[in-house]
Amino acid sequence: MTSSRRRRVADVALQSGVVEVAEKVDRAKVLQRLRVGDIAFRHTTRAAAVTVLVILSGIIFSLVYGSLPALQKFGFNFLIEESWNPVTEHFGAIAPIYGTIVTSIIAMIIAVPVGLFIALFLTELCPMWLRRPIGIAIELLAGIPSIIYGIWGLFVFAPFLQQHVQPFLITVFGHVPVLSTLFEGPPYGIGVLTAGLILAIMVLPFITSISRDVFDAVPPMLKESAYGLGCTTWEVARYVVLPFTRVGVIGGVMLALGRALGETMAVTFVIGNAHRISGSILAPGTTISATIANEFTEAVGDIYTSSLIALGLILFVITFIVLACARLMLMRLNARLGQ
Amino acid sequence: MKHWTAFAAAGFIAAAALVPANAADISGAGATFPYPIYAKWADAYKKETGNGLNYQSIGSGGGIKQIKAKTVTFGASDAPLPGKELDESGLVQFPMVMGGIVPVVNLDGVKPGELVIDGPTLAKIFIGDIKKWNDPQIAKLNAQVKLPDQAIAIVHRSDGSGTTYNFTYYLSEVDADWKSKVGTNAAVQWPAGIGAKGNEGVANNVANTKGSIGYVEYAYALQNKLTFTKMVNKSGKTVAPTSEAFQAAAANADWNSQPGFGVILANQPGDKAWPMTAATWILLYKQPADAAATGEALKFFAWAYKNGAKAAEELDYVPMPAKVVKDVEAYWTKNVTDAAGKPIHAMTN
Amino acid sequence: MAVMISGASSPLYAARRRKNGITMTLAYLATGFGLIWLALILAVLFYEGFSGLSLKVFTEMTPPPGAAGGLLNPIIGSLVMTFIAVLIGTPLGILAGTYLAEYGRYDKLSTVVRFINDILLSAPSIVIGLFIYEIMVATMGHFSGWAGSVALAVIVVPVVVRTTEDMLTLVPDTLREAAASIGLPRSLMIRKVAYRAARAGMITGVLLAIARISGETAPLLFTALNNQFWSTNMNAPVSSLPVVIFQFALSPYKDWQNLAWTGALIITLAVLALSITARFLGSQSKKS
Repeated sequence: MTSSRRRRVADVALQSGVVEVAEKVDRAKVLQRLRVGDIAFRHTTRAAAVTVLVILSGIIFSLVYGSLPALQKFGFNFLIEESWNPVTEHFGAIAPIYGTIVTSIIAMIIAVPVGLFIALFLTELCPMWLRRPIGIAIELLAGIPSIIYGIWGLFVFAPFLQQHVQPFLITVFGHVPVLSTLFEGPPYGIGVLTAGLILAIMVLPFITSISRDVFDAVPPMLKESAYGLGCTTWEVARYVVLPFTRVGVIGGVMLALGRALGETMAVTFVIGNAHRISGSILAPGTTISATIANEFTEAVGDIYTSSLIALGLILFVITFIVLACARLMLMRLNARLGQ
Repeated sequence: MKHWTAFAAAGFIAAAALVPANAADISGAGATFPYPIYAKWADAYKKETGNGLNYQSIGSGGGIKQIKAKTVTFGASDAPLPGKELDESGLVQFPMVMGGIVPVVNLDGVKPGELVIDGPTLAKIFIGDIKKWNDPQIAKLNAQVKLPDQAIAIVHRSDGSGTTYNFTYYLSEVDADWKSKVGTNAAVQWPAGIGAKGNEGVANNVANTKGSIGYVEYAYALQNKLTFTKMVNKSGKTVAPTSEAFQAAAANADWNSQPGFGVILANQPGDKAWPMTAATWILLYKQPADAAATGEALKFFAWAYKNGAKAAEELDYVPMPAKVVKDVEAYWTKNVTDAAGKPIHAMTN
Repeated sequence: MAVMISGASSPLYAARRRKNGITMTLAYLATGFGLIWLALILAVLFYEGFSGLSLKVFTEMTPPPGAAGGLLNPIIGSLVMTFIAVLIGTPLGILAGTYLAEYGRYDKLSTVVRFINDILLSAPSIVIGLFIYEIMVATMGHFSGWAGSVALAVIVVPVVVRTTEDMLTLVPDTLREAAASIGLPRSLMIRKVAYRAARAGMITGVLLAIARISGETAPLLFTALNNQFWSTNMNAPVSSLPVVIFQFALSPYKDWQNLAWTGALIITLAVLALSITARFLGSQSKKS
């Protein structure tokens, strides 16, 4: 591998014309040209990085600017009030914040173990010839446009849940303390649970494909040593593969979480968009992005519009916190592994 | 890198080649409710005259914002703007087409048009005061229907919508409690029930949930074969949702009482009037910057008033009464002018 | 250790075997679980979409309700806008990613760009649509295909930046050192050596970005709007598949709903083709 790469480098040097040109033209001139090209390229990439920064900061700035009227009017109360009343123009963001977090947690509780087990299956158990088809199939889940998830969720999945799964959950857990609150109320089909499940399906491929890639990166020697000691597959996975790949797995989970927090279209169809906080996960709720998507087009009045934009800003803050935590966690893990 | 340059060049040539096109096309945006009929009219109009008119549904709120931002030739809204706002922005407004909103239910053994509800009862159901189908207040209106001892599941719109605006307007008209606690808007703070996205979402949810009640545009109730109810109107008569009942409401309305014909057709008098009839409006500038485009748009609207009734009825919409059309056209001549103050729309008939 | 040697019949060994059996079964079940959802969604999509799939879909314009028609204008509109979005977004993303990985791997600018880039990866796309609306549609005074393309490009950029940086970071430093040792200037080293080594991964990134924007409705609604008619004027509203699907799917009319499913099937098949291409290119790179 290394030798073939080295050879390619040499080929490249020859192909790039440096050698030929040097013989024909004044060496200094060529060097000068290369130097200018070098500086130009460096500055082009830097300019691109700055452009990206400018565009993306522009988005954040416009969000801040757009949400000022609402934040000035409601102040800190915007964050803690449940009321979302377009008639009296009184808005509070706690219900969508709560819904965003709860649906994402449900999605993660399901998608993380399932995703990891699928990755384990793909790297340890699956016959070679089946690995790629299954891998592509799982990744295809990520490629289906989210509006399809929404329509499917509304017309197929929600009625199924309503008729078969939710009545079952209610009868089974209806009399268990604590759990009975979680599964209270009539089975509507759509609601927080449905949204969480759809999100779980949507983020599954993120966790699976990233975990599979990092599991694949574990040096075979490590695994083989463990097998050699007589470890079972599970023990190898649990005590060798997972500790070695922790950092990458967490990265994948965070990426999936980011997607779950920001997903709009699919959630909009199945969550019920009720600005209420309910203990029951069968009850309708709302998320930040669903609220924006549902109400922005019909919002009339500055405060209403501004409140919706402020919701977008809050989502950015939540994402920011999640990412910062992920970074911090990775740094600490890296530090510990480095010791 | 060379590939990229070539690729980019090819792309720009391709893009540039695509640019020249007919610029005469006019665009409008706004309410979702009239989108299908405007699309149908635009298609027929283009076939007849060769002029395209591109209307897109981005929501009434979006339509109002876009006409104010002058990104479109006309905006469309399911909720009329008040006269003061029209004057401030220099806009004119007129109704284009109507429709009906109907309550739909899902009750075993109840057929479409069997159940009767009146306004106050509907308000109490949606506010959460009436919780069971065999509640005396419902039973009183439905002596002949066997009502189950079943909880009422309420389904409302989750997205902001003109349908919700008209529905909550009606409930506010007939029930003081609703007016003070909930009010009228495209989206309100619902006291009970779950939200479904779009008319289609409500229709689907009602169809799947036993004991549910919701409200949808008439077309959705028909196309999805839902169990709609009859209503008791302002005159105390029980009416079924039909095209005639919607037209009766429009015929009885006093259109000139509000600037820009901004009359909401909910709870109109008349023995045959359906209480939840709704019109949808077009917004234009009085003195548009692009007088030619506005002139084209007015030609289209005049064409649609004159030739569009059949298409509207096919899609379960209700055309405007002839008298209103006449008034609207006179209103155009009087109010919509070019920079020189000359009417843009010349009366043709 | 002693226990393990003591033989296969010991209770501890049996317990470990049992635990392994359970967890491995779980792994099978999890895979089945994941695949079932895919199968269920695809089954519905194919069932609903295939019935409407015909040549007409690709040759006729979007119809009004109650008439026959196709999806030609949104298909072309989506293709053109996606193409331009990629044309704008990819070079920008690749160059920025190059800076992050090659020139400024550890400097402050890179840290900030990287962080903001990650936040933007999970931004709700409607927010991006609103931003482009403010800076392009509101200032130009009309909706346009250009605005739609730029909005999509803004979604492409973070994905490409992320993948380009990741892929370039994976290129071993020994390669760079080898290139430097034969006197290759840094810019040439990056373009001729690092890009070549990371090419497949970078292409995968671009394809993933295309997959991501091909289904986006929210950023287009306020930028490109949509167009009922045939229009390739990028200065005017342009039709796109996701917006048409969105509008048709929620209409009461059966023929519109069918077209929406067909459009969804077309997008999914296109994305599937892209994923397979991306995977194929990815595997090609591993071999070399």
